[in-house]
Amino acid sequence: MDRGYRDSVWRLGATAAAMLMAVLLAACGQQEDQAATGGDTASSLERVVKIGHAGPLTGPIAHLGKDNENGVRLAIDEANAGGTVIGGEKIKFEMISEDDEGKESKSTVVAQIIVDAKVAGVIGHLNSGTTIPASKIYHDAGLPQISPSATNVNYTNQGFKTAFRVMANDAQQGKVLGDYAVKNLGAKTIAVIDDRSSYGKGLADEFEAAAKAAGAKIVTREFTDVTKTDFTAILTRIKGMNPNLVFYGGMDSQSGPMMKQIKNLGLKATFLTGDGGQTAQFLTLAGPEGEGAYASSPGVPLDQMPGGQAFTDRYTKTFKQPIQLYAPYAYDSMNTMIAAMKAAGSVDPKVYLPQLAAIQYQGVTGNIAFDEKGDIKGGSISLYKVENGKWKYLETKGGG
Amino acid sequence: MDIFLQQVLNGLVLGSVYALVALGYTMVYGILGLINFAHGEVVMIGAMVALTVMNALLGAAVGLPPSLVLALATATAIAVCMALAFSIERVAYRPLRRAPRLAPLITAIGMSILLQNLAMMIWGRQYRTFPSVIPVTPHSIGGASITDVQIVIIVVSAAIMAGLLLLVQYTRLGRAMRATAENPTVAGLMGVNINRIISATFVIGAALAAVAGVLVAANYSIAHYSMGFMLGLKAFTAAVLGGIGNLAGAMLGGLLLGLIESIGAGYISDVSGGFFGSHYQDVFAFLVLVLVLVFRPTGIMGERVAERA
Repeated sequence: MDRGYRDSVWRLGATAAAMLMAVLLAACGQQEDQAATGGDTASSLERVVKIGHAGPLTGPIAHLGKDNENGVRLAIDEANAGGTVIGGEKIKFEMISEDDEGKESKSTVVAQIIVDAKVAGVIGHLNSGTTIPASKIYHDAGLPQISPSATNVNYTNQGFKTAFRVMANDAQQGKVLGDYAVKNLGAKTIAVIDDRSSYGKGLADEFEAAAKAAGAKIVTREFTDVTKTDFTAILTRIKGMNPNLVFYGGMDSQSGPMMKQIKNLGLKATFLTGDGGQTAQFLTLAGPEGEGAYASSPGVPLDQMPGGQAFTDRYTKTFKQPIQLYAPYAYDSMNTMIAAMKAAGSVDPKVYLPQLAAIQYQGVTGNIAFDEKGDIKGGSISLYKVENGKWKYLETKGGG
Repeated sequence: MDIFLQQVLNGLVLGSVYALVALGYTMVYGILGLINFAHGEVVMIGAMVALTVMNALLGAAVGLPPSLVLALATATAIAVCMALAFSIERVAYRPLRRAPRLAPLITAIGMSILLQNLAMMIWGRQYRTFPSVIPVTPHSIGGASITDVQIVIIVVSAAIMAGLLLLVQYTRLGRAMRATAENPTVAGLMGVNINRIISATFVIGAALAAVAGVLVAANYSIAHYSMGFMLGLKAFTAAVLGGIGNLAGAMLGGLLLGLIESIGAGYISDVSGGFFGSHYQDVFAFLVLVLVLVFRPTGIMGERVAERA
């Protein structure tokens, strides 16, 4: 008897709570709808604008994903602190950061989550392999997407008006690297290794074509993958061919140990890799054996960037750790998007997209403007060499 | 020729590690009929613990000789892994000993995922640099080069495997282990403390895994929370290749697998005229697994299946 009474009270309470929840949720949903469509609600309150970010936040290159996230976060924090006003409204940006694990299969799932969260734009992804499949979803939703670091040519070759990048692509980088290997480093025979990812393979293909065009002979093409740390079998094979230079298309998690094993096997060839290896992590992983390695990086080095030093100071002050790699580009991507919103006087993707395509923005990494495909105009490539355990800046090629 | 010798050396180094880890799989399988998929993760924990101890000791600047630091780190790693394996067996496997075979297998996979994520939380997601205390200056043997770490790997693995064989053949514990493997119920009736023997088996396997973890990390100067997964799969393949449940088989299987992988990846491209490339390296390991399971399910030195069933 007693128990039955308590039960019914409990049930009543639960029903009431559920109804209250439903009403609240509906109210929230309405607010979000208004935010997304850019309705003219003349309110004195801040208007929350969501920005999507996606990158690998777990896995072997999580440190790079987190670095990008930090870049976006810094830009958003500064915009919020500065009291950004767009179209007469006070704007508060909010980041929705999702983990794509650096996997193609996860990237589309994450992209859909971001689209469903009704964001005003997307910064990401980090890898080319994740950026390309996701870009279709953002394009179909009409969302502008700026990738800070995807460099595969195909990303902007799909004819999507929503796809942009602030970094020179692989075709530009591979061409410069292939040319540099032959003309500056004097390589006549070259072994090429890649990690079978969109980025690694794309870069290695462009490198191979450019090196061949410059007159070098490619003695072999070897492959590995992003989970490996043992390359002795392929390096031994390469040793048997005695090339002047070994080129690796891939990330620092592999190129670091690879460099070590090259030295340990007594392979006497110059080591050259792309921007995925031009990192602090490479130096740690390769240790003293990293000495003499060459690598490239799109853009100009941090200390030669117009706003490089100031950015480094702000970043290290905020996050208490050094910049890994692409944070300045993530930061610039976010600020470029905000600049386009300001120019359009709207956070509505449809309204500010044309402004983004025509943007002229002076960022930390340099001047940002896009060509008709969404690639950065005049993307320059810089070359570096490890000397005394540090990346030493050599010169900047291309661009203009 | 020197290139071939180099590939053989590469294969031996790789194979020694596979063999050490494979022993852990095979010992547990021999006694419980359980494939302990969490074993690869024990290897990783061993490497990570050793890394932490070494960084602490080297960072404290007490000026200990590097070899002593490495020894202390390895000892700590062994102790931690032994305790870990003991707890895993008590918590995750013992309650399921009478359950259908699938249940402990799934628990083992769950344990593996749990340990990986735990390690990710403790040691972070990035590749960690393992301090290189053993000099890595390469020596030249007939045109092939080998580093001190690699010599240590081959020597230590050989010594440990010999020790294990002696332990199993000539000690009371070894005899009890063999008896339990033969028939747990009868061994129990003869006065063997089955639970103690099973715990001992897990603990010995974990000690080998800890050593393997330290050796791998020292060789590549790298430790990473997911390093144990692929290594565990390869070692499992080695155990099956040699005949799972058979100690000598695991050692042979490990060495063979190392050689197959290394020589396979080094020469497939020449043999196939460039049609297959070095990206088939992992395929060899698993192709071997499939072929063994199809043509000789008991492995090279395995006993007849009927005895176990």
